[in-house]
This record gives sequence, structure tokens and C-alpha cells, in this order.
Amino acid sequence: MSLLAGGYQARQIRRLYFERSLSTIAAFGIIFWLGINFVKSPSQFFQASIIGLSNGVLYALIALGYTLVYGIIELINFAHGDLFMLSAVFSANFITIWFHKDSSGPAAWGVFLMCLVTVMIAAASINVGIERFAYRRLRRAPKLAPLITAVGVSFVLQFIGLRWNGSGPKTWNSVLPAGKISFSGVSIPYTTIISFVVTIPLLLLMSWIVTRTRQGKAMRATAQDQDAARLMGINVDRTISFTFALGGALAGAAGLLFQQTRGLTSYNLGYQLGLIAFTSAVMGGIGNLQGAVLGALLIGLVQGLNDGLPIGLGQQWSQTVVFSILILLMAFKPTGLLGKAVTEKV
Amino acid sequence: MMKLKRSKTPNAGASHKKWTIGFSIAALSIWIFYTYIMYNLPDGPQTIFQNWLPPTTVNEAMVWVICALGLNIVVGYAGLLDLGFVAFWAIGGYSAGWFMSSFFRQVNIHIFSPSDAADQPGIHLTFWAVLGVGGIICAIFGIIIGAPTLRLRSDYLALVTLGFGEIIPQVFTNGENIAGFNLSNGTKGISPIDNVAVPGKILGPFDFSWKFAIFVFLTAIMVFVSLRLRKGRLGRAWLAIREDELAASMMGVPLMSTKLAAYAVGAFSGGVGGVAFATHVNGIFADRFNFSISIILLAMVVLGGMGNVWGVMVGALLIAWINSTGLPAFGDLVNNTFNTSINFPSYNFLLFGGVLILMMLYKREGMIPESRLKAILHESDDETSNLGGSH
Repeated sequence: MSLLAGGYQARQIRRLYFERSLSTIAAFGIIFWLGINFVKSPSQFFQASIIGLSNGVLYALIALGYTLVYGIIELINFAHGDLFMLSAVFSANFITIWFHKDSSGPAAWGVFLMCLVTVMIAAASINVGIERFAYRRLRRAPKLAPLITAVGVSFVLQFIGLRWNGSGPKTWNSVLPAGKISFSGVSIPYTTIISFVVTIPLLLLMSWIVTRTRQGKAMRATAQDQDAARLMGINVDRTISFTFALGGALAGAAGLLFQQTRGLTSYNLGYQLGLIAFTSAVMGGIGNLQGAVLGALLIGLVQGLNDGLPIGLGQQWSQTVVFSILILLMAFKPTGLLGKAVTEKV
Repeated sequence: MMKLKRSKTPNAGASHKKWTIGFSIAALSIWIFYTYIMYNLPDGPQTIFQNWLPPTTVNEAMVWVICALGLNIVVGYAGLLDLGFVAFWAIGGYSAGWFMSSFFRQVNIHIFSPSDAADQPGIHLTFWAVLGVGGIICAIFGIIIGAPTLRLRSDYLALVTLGFGEIIPQVFTNGENIAGFNLSNGTKGISPIDNVAVPGKILGPFDFSWKFAIFVFLTAIMVFVSLRLRKGRLGRAWLAIREDELAASMMGVPLMSTKLAAYAVGAFSGGVGGVAFATHVNGIFADRFNFSISIILLAMVVLGGMGNVWGVMVGALLIAWINSTGLPAFGDLVNNTFNTSINFPSYNFLLFGGVLILMMLYKREGMIPESRLKAILHESDDETSNLGGSH
């Protein structure tokens, strides 16, 4: 018996050493890569970082939706990315077609704010509707069933996007101011600043709702143990709906920001960005809100640096880099950066 | 925990003689029809068949069946959700491109190659060997991707496979210049692929009936392997894992190696399907491989009935037909009759998404259910207490 335990321990230790040395090598490699790029062209380095961070805040908004839903019902909501896509298409139509605003100006900014509120409400209600009609009935089914359903919902949403937006990508004019602040070769577009200005209060509001309010307490209780929460008098169905509404609202805001800062919509947008956002959520530790934001910023940064640095793999490998990170994380650190190791509920 | 109300042996595997006879008769009658009868029909019926069910559609559907049967082993038998099956299809296809064409001009290898490829440069293996090689490469990739991730929870695994299914096609799309080496010819793809040689004949690209015979043969092997594995020790271990992983491991089922075996077998058949597909379209092109293929395969397995070979086959044939000629032909019919101009093929997203949702909500076990799976999937429905398990 002791022999067995000894062998097991030795194996664990070997494994630990292996992972440690591997991650040390990887860390040194990344630092070296960043270092030579920084020496080669500091301005390009900062520029790429800024682009990366502005992507990162968008990913954070989407990633929070994934992590909230996963945290509460342990479902990877594949449809979430497509909800973001629909929000982007909705915003484009709202601002440019329904309100005829395609250039910057005070009236257009008013429409932008109106659109922000509308799209958040719309996306939240769609998400709640999806939960009500598709996922709720499968809450006690084997895990495979809701997962496949989520993939199905994702396809249906993509179909709506396809009908609404057409099969190719569409470009739109932004109503946000177009200028930029630049100093010593590094330029920060106003749109980037605006996405920070919109996102950060939303994230703070989010974290306030989850940690300080009664509803947030109910959410955390439901995430821990649904049955116990129900016994404590929490309306579990309503709490889960509320979680979906929160996630949907954030995806809506992300859709508007994406459409306005990139000026682009396409029906398969949600699939790619959704996957990247989910990777961020996993990177930070799924179910952990701060982790999702941190992971999103990191992934955005990695992507920005990879795409923008003079010595890098370049944009055509961007997805591969992100998904390789995902696979490596899953293999070596499935709990993520900030996640706690939990034993699976049996 | 597990209340198995119906634990009778599945009727599909009851006798191996029965299904071989039925399968042969069905295959033979389709073969005779497309070889001898269809082209001798009067113009009217022949056009109908050309529009609704041309031989190329039938052959392509057989490729889908091979892949779907492979996915069925992973999803249906072992209960592991794989959302990146397209990767195996792509790798299989590219192994046909590498080993059955003049793509690698720098070398000159011929092993049992068809006589018309004898004087060409490049690697030319016989089709039958490439089936094995492609399958083995895929199985190795399946193990590589599975080994570190199979100890994860099922939904994480789904995500890793999804990422893998994204990476592999992108590698092939950008593979024109990987550190100076042309791996895949980028978006231009590899074409043409060697013709398949059968005794006494070299099959051209339009020899549909011969290729149909080959594909049916491959499908029959897949069916046989699926059914045999299902009844054997490994298959029972898969089902045990699918039904309750924890209980299975307590009973001494080695989780990792059993799951890896499911992965490897599934990937192997994905590779075989890929090679078959490459010979079917006489080339391999990176842009064909996208996420929707993985989802269509999943829809086939889910629609037909997870775990039931015959269900999966019916589901695969049906969806493959709808996807290739069924929906366009139906659209033409509707548009001509009612003078509308609805673009029916663009509805396939709705169709496949809808199939997945509705099947999961109302008929989780599929069209032709497997009895054991049906009992599990509805286990939660007859739980009287609301305080059952949390999953």
C-alpha cells in the first residue's frame, strides 16, 4: 500500500516538475519575444498593445456572459456569441437605417446612447427567452442535451443574422468621433477611449450587482447549490433568468461597441468572437467574474501583439494562437488563472 | 441513480447475419439501379432522378455516413461531445492529397500506384493503403488531442475539440508556407488526386457506380466494426462511461484508455471518410472545412439516434441528401409551382439548428432510438422529487 502511494506521489511530483519547467520555458520565451519586439520598435509595441486592450474590453463584455451562465447552470452557452452578433446587426440597423445617422454629431451621440439602452434591453430579453424556451426544460437532463441545444440555438441565431445582414460582411459608418490622440508615434483613437468609457462603468455595475445586491446574493447561492438555494426560499428560475438577462445585456453593449468601433457586421461574427471570449473566460477561471475580465484583456493583448508586432505570426494565425492557448490551458490548468480547483459535484 | 427500465439487448446487434443480408440487398439494389436502370429510363423519370437524387449525391451521402458512424462512436457510444470532427475529415482528406498525388514533387515514391500515375513525380500510394494511412494519422491526432484533455469534464472537452476543429483547417488554409515548407498549397488546394484502381480498371472521376460500391464496402466495414465493438468488452466499457463515469471507474473501467480508444476509433473513421471524400471530389480544398460540417455531422447523429448504428445511418443519409440536392430541388419545385423566389438552401442553418433543438427538447433519443440510451435520457423525467441530482 505504501509502495503504491509512494509511486503515485513520485508521479505527481514528476508531473508537477514537468509542468513547472514547461511553463517557465514558455514564460521566458514570451518575455524574450516581447523584449526583442520592444527593442525593435517601441511605438509599434505600444500601438499593438492599445489595439489589443481595446479588443480585450470587448471580449470582457462577452466573456462575462459566458462566465455568468456557466457559473450558475454549468452550461457553455454557445449561442451567446451569436447574441452578440445579432446585437451588432441590430445596432447597425438602429443607428444607420432607422435613425439615419451616419456621421458624428451631438444628435448622433444621443442616438448612440439610446441604441445602447435599447440593444441591451433587446439582447437581455432574447437571452431570457432562449433560456425560458430551450434550456429551462433541459436543466435536469444529461449534460449533453443542453449543450447540443445551445449549439442548435446558435445556428438558429446565425440564420437570423444571415437573413438580416446578408451572407457577406457589411460595412457601416460610425457615429463616434473619428479623431485620435497621438503622442510620440503612438495614437489612441477616440473610439478606443469611448469603448473604455462605456465598458468600465458597465463592469463596475455588474460587479456591484453580483456582490452587493440581494439579487446578486441569490445568484451566488444558486450557483453554489440550486436545491439548497430553493430551500432557502430563493426563486431559482427567476434568478437564472436574471443571470441570463445580465449576460445578454452585456453582449448587447458589446455588439453596439463592436459595430461602432469596427464599422463591420457579418453573420458569422459571433461564432469567432464568441469562441475567443469563451477562451478568455476559461483563461481567467470559468465562473469567476474578475477572472473573465482579466482573461479577456490578456487574450486581447496577445491577439493585438501577435497581429501588430514586427516579429510575430501575423493576423492569419490569430485564431490558431488563441485556440492553442485554449487547448494548452485546458490541458495544463483547467481551473484558469484565478479559478479555484473544485471537485466535480456528483 | 440509474434506473434502467428496459435493459434488453439491442435488436440491431442481435444477429450479424440478418443485417449483412439486408444491407447487401439494399446496397445491391441501389447499385443496380444507378448502373443499369437509371440511364435507360425515359427522359422524364431520368431527369427527376438527376435533379432529386443524382449518383454524385448518393456517393457523397455515403461519405457522410462513414464520418457520422465515426462520430457516433465518440458521441453515441462513449458520450463524449466532439465539436471538431471536421478536423479529422480534413486530415484524412489531406493525407489523400499528400500520398495520392503529384503534390510533393521533390520525391518520387510509388507503391502499388495505379498505372496511369506511374510516370508522375510525387508520392503515389494505392487508395487502399492511403485509407489506412489517413485513418492512422487521424487516430494519432485523436490521441494527441484527447490524451491531455480527456480527464476534463465533458463540456470542456467539447470546447477543446472545437478549438482543434478550428486550428486544423486554419493550418491547412495558411499552410502554403510553414517555415518555407508547402504543406497544403493554401487556399488553392491539392488537385487532382490519383484515380482509384480496382482490378482490371482505373476509375475516372465519373465512375460513380464503382465508387459507390467502394464507399458501401467501407460503410459496411464501419457498421461491422461499430456493432462488434458495441457488443465486446470495449463497447460495454464505453456505454458504462456514457451512463455514469464515476460508477464505471469504480467498477474498474480504465477511464482514460477507454475514452482514448473511442477517440482513436472515431478519428480513424473520420480519416477514412476524408480519404473517400477526396477521391470523390478529386481534390482537397481547405475552404470546405468549417465548423458547420462538425455541426451537420452532430445533427446526423442526434437526429438518427445516438448510439444506434442504423439510426445514425438513416440520419446521415437524410441530412446529407437535404444538404446537397434535397433542399435545392425542393426549393425549385416550390418556386416553380407557386411562382415564388425563396432561396431555400439558405434555410439550412435554421433547419439544422432547429433539428438539434427540437430533437433535444422532444425526442432526445432520435428517430431510431437505442433502447438503453432512451432510458437514460428520460431518467430525469420520472423523478418525482425535485431534489434529485444537481446535473
